[in-house]
Amino acid sequence: MPESAISMMRYRDALSLAVRREMERDPKVFVFGLDVPDHKKIFGSTKGLLEQFGGQRCFGTPLSEDAMTGVALGAALAGLRPVHVHIRVDFMLLAMNQIANMISNLAYMSAGSLKIPLVLRAVIGRGWGQSAQHSKSLHSIFAHIPGLKVVMPTSPQDAYSLTRAAIRDDNPVIILEHRWLYDIEGEVNEAKVVPLGEALVRRQGRDATVVATSWMNIEAMKAAEVLAKRGVELEVVDARSIAPLDENTILQSVEKTQRCLVADYDWTYCGFSAELSALIHQCCFGSLKLPVERLGFAPVPCPTTRPLENLFYPSAVSIIRSVERMLSLSETDLAGEQFYSYEQKFKGPF
Amino acid sequence: MTAAVRSGQRSKLPMGYGRKKLTKEEGLKLYRQLLLARLCEEKIREEYFNDEMKTPVHLGIGGEAIAVGVCHCLAPGTRTFGTYRNHTLYLTKSGDVDGFFAELYGRATGPGKGKAGSMHLMNPQKGLVATSAVVATTVPLAVGDALAQSYLKTGAMSVAFFGDGAVEEGAFWESLNFACLKRLPVLFVCEDNDLAIHTARAQRRGFASLRNTVATYDCHAAEGDGASVTNVIRLTRQVMGRMAKDPKPGFIRLAYFRFLEHVGPREDFDAGYRPRPPEQLLRKMDPVVRFEKELVPLGLRERDLAPIRAELKALIDAGVAKAKAAPFPQAAELTTDVYV
Repeated sequence: MPESAISMMRYRDALSLAVRREMERDPKVFVFGLDVPDHKKIFGSTKGLLEQFGGQRCFGTPLSEDAMTGVALGAALAGLRPVHVHIRVDFMLLAMNQIANMISNLAYMSAGSLKIPLVLRAVIGRGWGQSAQHSKSLHSIFAHIPGLKVVMPTSPQDAYSLTRAAIRDDNPVIILEHRWLYDIEGEVNEAKVVPLGEALVRRQGRDATVVATSWMNIEAMKAAEVLAKRGVELEVVDARSIAPLDENTILQSVEKTQRCLVADYDWTYCGFSAELSALIHQCCFGSLKLPVERLGFAPVPCPTTRPLENLFYPSAVSIIRSVERMLSLSETDLAGEQFYSYEQKFKGPF
Repeated sequence: MTAAVRSGQRSKLPMGYGRKKLTKEEGLKLYRQLLLARLCEEKIREEYFNDEMKTPVHLGIGGEAIAVGVCHCLAPGTRTFGTYRNHTLYLTKSGDVDGFFAELYGRATGPGKGKAGSMHLMNPQKGLVATSAVVATTVPLAVGDALAQSYLKTGAMSVAFFGDGAVEEGAFWESLNFACLKRLPVLFVCEDNDLAIHTARAQRRGFASLRNTVATYDCHAAEGDGASVTNVIRLTRQVMGRMAKDPKPGFIRLAYFRFLEHVGPREDFDAGYRPRPPEQLLRKMDPVVRFEKELVPLGLRERDLAPIRAELKALIDAGVAKAKAAPFPQAAELTTDVYV
């Protein structure tokens, strides 16, 4: 397929294509991590890499997250461009020492003489009954630490373009990929460049801005579709890059709509939604019709059982109810609406 | 690719491998490196009380022979990784006295523009890639570097220096396992002073011999006295020779005596956790005293060494004066270098 090709593909295939294109372009790129070369290929996102590039450039590791992250850093410092994959973001907590004490600091402590072209890919979010240790997002924690870049692609195009941008960046970049997004199909233009640090207005609207992260964009788009039926126009802004943050795109939208709901895929306390809320209050204080509202995970560990799990995660319904309160609207009758679940995930086209 | 990596391509076998005796020139070079580290740290001990050097200092007096001896055996530019007790390694790899003191005084002219301080002295261009104040964190980096050398087929090896406390961390064993699994060209150098801060080995370790335990992994393991430069060189060459013939990681445990407190410029024998050894033993454990004796068979005596001492003292005094006169970093430097 030539570089300019445009085709429909799933998110998982966009991820593997992006890594494949970078591995073809630059022999210093390699991909590794627990389970990377096995038959399941990290939900299909490393498919074909072992076969095309061999075991030196695509390999599995022992259960040694801390050291393997240090190995990735060592290889990056020596000029390679490692892509270290984690099948659950929760496992990156075992490597936080390397991430927060070493990877994030070395450029600064070496006064810029060390480059760290390192990508950490991790799957986040929800399957079914994933419970408390396989369901986190952690972008608030990662983005809190200076020196790390953090992106959360929502569409197949962003999965493709942001992965390529991350691999080409000379700084450490963490890519957080929601598992439910893996099934989404969408158009991918192989030539399209999406730089790190740019938000995207996914839907134009005049009544309120919903700033969403990762899977919450899907929920926000659904909420916008439902509310549009009664004439309420939501503007949906996909933050895409948590660090660095595209403040301008977000603030411009809020200046226009004068109302903002942050729909984050993380806990709210000390989280990304709190940061955005503070930023918006500070910069748009005079324009806001009411304080910024926030949605996120319930302030508890993620429960396993479905009824509680459904309450744990924010959704299109919770977005709709929040917007109704913000606009002093009566509750919309949602009886005829179909919302997303594990069994009925959004599949695109996107 | 960096020059340091390229330089590794030139020498596939360790320098001086197979040779038994030091030449006179080698003896003088090694003495100069050993003494430079010692005199720089003695200078820190004098200056520290003026409270201008605002960085915690972990002095390596007693352990200088290890970095000096190991580095002597390495190809120029070999990429090494160290700890917060890194002064000898930094000075041996870089020879950069001015940068050393500038960094300790927090000046813009230091290698880290004052952002690094004593615990993070680095000189990637000269082959000290990274140092760290969190125990065992650079061990996997050396393994990753070795992975890169193997991947890029440079023929170079990588070296991890770490203390004996590091082997209590999972990252050490994870790194050793992975390096052995992949047969990576990495040399693990354990600088063993028997202490993790103030806790002796007997209170920390549930196995008898580190060397023997490491040797159950698929690598070349050795151990010995780390207070003697010639002994360090002999052991390092031995292990590197085995690595060259049978490509696997190498491991050397080198024992030394930490003369001073864990952090700071003072002796701390009055603290109660260890007795002051008798004077005769202290002299035996002092790498500078030991090496001066080892130089006698090479025909090098006090009259040859005294000028080196005087020259280094002048160099160090000049370095300190330059550092004190140098500017602190501008406020704008606060936000630079977060990303490259």
